[in-house]
Amino acid sequence: MEKQMTFEEKIEHYRTIIDDVSYPTVNKWKEEHPNKKVVGMFPVYTPYELPHAAGMLPVGVFGAGGKIEIDHADSRIQSFVCSIARSTLELGLTERLKNFDALYFTSICDVARNLSGIWQTNFPQQLVEYIHFPQNMNNSSAPKHYRAELQKLVSNLEQLSGKKITNEDLLNSIKTFNRNRELCLQLYHIKSTTPHLLSTFEAYIVLRLGTLLPVEEHSQLLEGIIPQIHQRKRTARDFVRVMIEGSFCEQPPLELMQVIEDAGCYIVDDDLLLHSRWFNEAVPLNGDPLLSLAESYINRSRYSSVRHYGNKSRKEQFLEKIKSGKVDGVLFCAPKFCEPALLDYVVLKDELEKHNISYMTFEYEEKMGVFESIRMQVETFVESVLFFS
Amino acid sequence: MQEQKFKYQGIGREYQKQLLTAWYERLQNAKNDGRKVAYLFVPGNVAEFLRVFDFELVFPEVNALQCGVRKTSGDLILKAEDIGYSSDVCGYVKNDIGMMLQGNIGPSGTEIPKPDLLLCTYCGCTTFIKWFEALAHFYDVPLVMLDVPYMRDGEISDTDRQYIVEQLKELIPLCEKITGNKFDYDKLVEAMKHSAEAEDLWVQILHSAKHKPSPFDSYFEAVFFMAPIYVLRGLPECTDYYREALKEIYERIEHGVGPIPDEKVRVVIEGPPPWPHFRAFWELLKHWGVCAVASSYSKVGGFWDHGFRHDYTKPFESIADYCLTCYTNQNLPMRTELLRSYAEEYSADAIVIHSVKSCRSFSVGQADMREQFIRKWDIPTLLVESDLADPRYFQAAQLKNRIDAFFESLEHKRLVKV
Repeated sequence: MEKQMTFEEKIEHYRTIIDDVSYPTVNKWKEEHPNKKVVGMFPVYTPYELPHAAGMLPVGVFGAGGKIEIDHADSRIQSFVCSIARSTLELGLTERLKNFDALYFTSICDVARNLSGIWQTNFPQQLVEYIHFPQNMNNSSAPKHYRAELQKLVSNLEQLSGKKITNEDLLNSIKTFNRNRELCLQLYHIKSTTPHLLSTFEAYIVLRLGTLLPVEEHSQLLEGIIPQIHQRKRTARDFVRVMIEGSFCEQPPLELMQVIEDAGCYIVDDDLLLHSRWFNEAVPLNGDPLLSLAESYINRSRYSSVRHYGNKSRKEQFLEKIKSGKVDGVLFCAPKFCEPALLDYVVLKDELEKHNISYMTFEYEEKMGVFESIRMQVETFVESVLFFS
Repeated sequence: MQEQKFKYQGIGREYQKQLLTAWYERLQNAKNDGRKVAYLFVPGNVAEFLRVFDFELVFPEVNALQCGVRKTSGDLILKAEDIGYSSDVCGYVKNDIGMMLQGNIGPSGTEIPKPDLLLCTYCGCTTFIKWFEALAHFYDVPLVMLDVPYMRDGEISDTDRQYIVEQLKELIPLCEKITGNKFDYDKLVEAMKHSAEAEDLWVQILHSAKHKPSPFDSYFEAVFFMAPIYVLRGLPECTDYYREALKEIYERIEHGVGPIPDEKVRVVIEGPPPWPHFRAFWELLKHWGVCAVASSYSKVGGFWDHGFRHDYTKPFESIADYCLTCYTNQNLPMRTELLRSYAEEYSADAIVIHSVKSCRSFSVGQADMREQFIRKWDIPTLLVESDLADPRYFQAAQLKNRIDAFFESLEHKRLVKV
């Protein structure tokens, strides 16, 4: 049935899936594979290849996006903490993640780190991993250390599934995810070269769906829709080319993306769902697969506020991205209370000022319901870029 | 001022003040004296290693907390907010940036020298990275990470230890290049010996709080007593300080006196203090005869309670273990268990959690800890919120209400039990 749908119909359909916090695709998968395991992946980047190699289903866990009330998590996490941490815990406490056998958190920030501890205490039946990503990119032993970290995850997955993970399994998974990342990048290429053909709102829905499906199914789906996007008959408009910075972990409400685009912006680049295109190059398929993943993380990751920059500073990479994307202005769009984004903002906007690049800033949270003031701000921003830049 | 009754009375506070004043003066003169300056953080600070190269050490958190105590942090935070820092990010970072924007005049009025090296000991706090990335941007100086993995498995793994050792070894050529001083193994050994001795003495002070009444407040007094072991560790004057301070503690035990005239309630405190309202917070608890017999904050810069000492026979490995075990680098189940065990070992009646907005590393998980203390172990637990640097978050009336209600009910429970 899906094959006959238009691109627009598909988007509408996918949206209902990503909006459903009861994880329908996961429940269905679990019914079809009752003996297999589901692993929840907290943002930003998580090595999806590992559970996949173990025959498990890795699933993105991005909080509840304002779809549920925070009743139980309030007594466990204080009010000055980002929505994604609170609503993810609420999903757990309300048993919406009961089909998940394991959860991965990573060293992106102190909140995510401590959430892994809260999880260990409250959900002892689930395997909880806290992955330490290297932050000293110039140290020669960083790849070795991170490889050992990945090996530990592999061993724990083997224990969970009772099945040995071979190098062949890992290489196959890397290959599968390389293909998926390549396809996701194609959407970004479309957004950048022909932004009138694909809005960020639409691209986001397609990518977010990928966090809920088996990767093979998602890649197939992308292969089907990419030609459909190219065939769309839409006229290019005199919009401002903007880039969103700061939305790498907690995801902004979909309405916010629509508001920005409706106000006259093409969002030609962003840091939403960064895991879907985390590496600048494909992960090599020759050699030791875990070491390849480790070296790729250290040497070939995209820049992000949750990864220390190493030799090339974040601001250089940020400026390069603006230049290569022919970006007219930057929208700093960070979740409330997100320290990595809010702290980076000052350094990055300093660079923009030095280079005379326009920017504006606003914060969001999951429960946000009114977007009018942001719409007005963005409209004013668009006018200022169009007429005064 | 309290009346001077005993020989060593007040030495712990006074000597500490003298040492810190001398340290700030030495920092002010560092550049003129041709010495290089390294900035680093208190948790996991590799002071012994850097002293080999004769670096002067600056600890931005110590400057920030001192500004808090001296009530200048509020203005400095606003200065940082003026250039774009959000009201929701760490007050220490904003205090430090605000200070830099105002010519880097430190809390005691002396100038803090610019860094020649930013060594980010990433130990239990991710905001540290953002903080030093910002300083690297503003000062345009080299930033080096010392990547300390979190104690995610509840114990030290050899892989993590070796990773830190290898990073330290790779750091040597850079330190030699910046300072012009060669790495000297014997100097490292000497610093380690000083550290271990000071650590032994400091632990004796901390353990003294097991006495009844406690001769020492492990939170409100510990924050003064612990300063030398964080900023001067590895130097002979640090060891000398603890030798003297311990005399004061022994003298208190001998005379059966303590920081609280009439100790009624013994508590364990979790979380950093509200520096800009430090005294007010202490008074709220003193009112109920509360003495903090153990605290986690006194372990942020080193955890020596369970026997760890800097070991000169294996210096690099030992520094690695030191970094790994600092309190905020311990995972939540370890932290929870530590506080529970403190309550038991120090015969505490309750646990008080001071949850600060600035430091999510400390605070996220504290509400969950409270649930466990109460439900699993039946330990009365109070959780109050304010901030460590930002005076705007200290709601005195609200805090007083909560504290009074908690201790009143505790007192009532005791009466009923009797």
